[in-house]
Amino acid sequence: MAEVTFLEALRQGLSEEMERDERVFMLGEDIGAYGGAFKVTDGFQKKFGAARVIDTPISEAAIVGAAAGAAHMGMRPVAEMQFIDFISCAYDMLTNYVATARYRAGLATPIVVRGPCGGYVRGGPFHSQNPEAAFLHTPGLKIVYPATARDAKGLIKASIRDDDPVLYLEHKWLYRRIKENLPEGEEILTPIGQARIAREGKDLSIITYGATVWKALEAADQLAQDGPSVEVLDLRTLLPLDDDAIVTTVKKTGKVLIVHEDTRTGGLAGEITARINERAFEWLDGPIMRVTAHDVPLPYAPTLEDYVLPQTEDIVKAARWLAKY
Amino acid sequence: MPPHSVPDTRSETPAIPAELERPQLLEMYRYLRLTRVLEERLVALYRQSKVIGGLFRSLGQEGESVASAYALERGRHRDILSPLIRNLGSMLVMGARPIEILRQYMAKAEGPTGGRELNVHFNDLEKGYLGQISHLGDMVPVMAGITLTFKMRGEPRVGLVYVGDGATSTGSFHEGLNFAAVQRCPLVVIAEYNHWAYSTPPEKQFAVKDLADKAKGYGVHAVTVDGNDVLAVYAATRYAVERARRGKGVHFIEVKTYRRKGHAEHDDQSYQPKDEIERWAVENDPVDRYVKQLVANGWAEESELAEIDQAAKDEIDQATDACVNDPLPQPETALPGVYAHPPAAERLWFRGL
Repeated sequence: MAEVTFLEALRQGLSEEMERDERVFMLGEDIGAYGGAFKVTDGFQKKFGAARVIDTPISEAAIVGAAAGAAHMGMRPVAEMQFIDFISCAYDMLTNYVATARYRAGLATPIVVRGPCGGYVRGGPFHSQNPEAAFLHTPGLKIVYPATARDAKGLIKASIRDDDPVLYLEHKWLYRRIKENLPEGEEILTPIGQARIAREGKDLSIITYGATVWKALEAADQLAQDGPSVEVLDLRTLLPLDDDAIVTTVKKTGKVLIVHEDTRTGGLAGEITARINERAFEWLDGPIMRVTAHDVPLPYAPTLEDYVLPQTEDIVKAARWLAKY
Repeated sequence: MPPHSVPDTRSETPAIPAELERPQLLEMYRYLRLTRVLEERLVALYRQSKVIGGLFRSLGQEGESVASAYALERGRHRDILSPLIRNLGSMLVMGARPIEILRQYMAKAEGPTGGRELNVHFNDLEKGYLGQISHLGDMVPVMAGITLTFKMRGEPRVGLVYVGDGATSTGSFHEGLNFAAVQRCPLVVIAEYNHWAYSTPPEKQFAVKDLADKAKGYGVHAVTVDGNDVLAVYAATRYAVERARRGKGVHFIEVKTYRRKGHAEHDDQSYQPKDEIERWAVENDPVDRYVKQLVANGWAEESELAEIDQAAKDEIDQATDACVNDPLPQPETALPGVYAHPPAAERLWFRGL
């Protein structure tokens, strides 16, 4: 066993897949000689060569488009968005070209598009985004969003091996903050499409993903003294959602708080709410409530960012409110 | 040589350019004629409401489509091109069958996409064509990725991508061209200056005179050729393809041509000057020019060409008869195949009521 950070676990996963399968290659901005803005691919170009770790122009549409073309030819490209905020520049390529390719034309397009997402880091409006909702509405894409070091590794490996295009969202607040002992020499693969119970509880379910898994766990700890017993469901995959896991926890507790860092309107919580309504309506003992970011672009100043984003304290208060309902 | 001074002895026959031989000249003619006959048949089917969606003609542009594709290496797992809506001819050259085009336009279950996509949006990567999407310019980055793969694997293969004059205004075109240039991908870009992007004329689309000037800005070797001169397009593409195959990187060929029909069959072309269309039809039809060249130089007999014409008509008649009454796809075939896994989208609850 060795203690590794979320970032190191991700690096291990990428490196293992590069070693295992020569069809895997990477392309992105500053990922080669420089090793990436967050050093995720540090040393990779030296290890695997410049032909497999390709520094590209600042052209997100071309990066994703070229990855798609290579994937059609049997390669397994991993494209990095330097910050996931810039994935919007490739929105057309991902939603119109990549996501539809199998359905409309029978084209295999096994690409992974990965990049650092998320706030709590004073990154301002363009280095803090959570883009999942913009792509959730796109049949043909898969979206994974690990919260633990184990899943950071297990999901990048599963994403690279998956035959469908996968968006892999890695929260930069977790990169060096989260550490975990991972066994050496064991193949870690996290199945795409399966949620995980991060904490067992009986009174109330918090359904969440990404950085807010940790905030929900913190809240559950605080509530353990004198509040409701909280179950935390870490979704891990956002598309396709693990409906069974969601329904199971709802039936167990009867009360649901959905927490996400993304803004509220049109966010994932709305979709989860609708599914619970359709599949487990009779089991609910209260309204499904949301704790999310406020509907504003994410501001820079600590006072502003902290106010806009959901905090542990917000989750604690919301859970108490809902428990009393 | 003036076009009508037909030499009457073989000994005076001028040499065929671009290392072509007589059977190849006739084969190119066959593809030109097949394209035109097939499109004329599609018009008839469109008027009978058998073509479900829009119909897009390449009238006047068949020459550059056929000649550029003909310069590629064809066969299983050889060169790959990415056609646009007006490159039906290039797809036929690569091995797409007329019956596939007919079925696709008529949304037949047995069509190449089973009724999921329209017109020429389908592919066969083994034969060497990749279907476009409607978002113009997007195929340039995708073909950059395909040709990057050729380069990474050390395969002596070349890619060719078509873009229209309007598409050279898109971000994807510029990102893709620059990316391919930097990576020295074995990619040939055919830019079709056909004067009309839907209803928008060149002067409202760009401020350069020649599209080749845009490519030069990316350090890409670029030329402009007469797009309605079949042999000139073939020679230019052949040169570009061989150059790309030798590892010399991206090559850009601007073909000056003219879209004689509307954007699609419904379009009344009110914005196009009538005399302009007429002038191109009378003086600069690529098939007419090619025929004159073949006959005048003694490279083909008129009777041979007439035989090819008849064979093309027969082929399209047979293909039409073979599929026109085929069924549309079964409704529930709409659900499978969005992903590799899971195999099908969920049928929604109200369908089970």
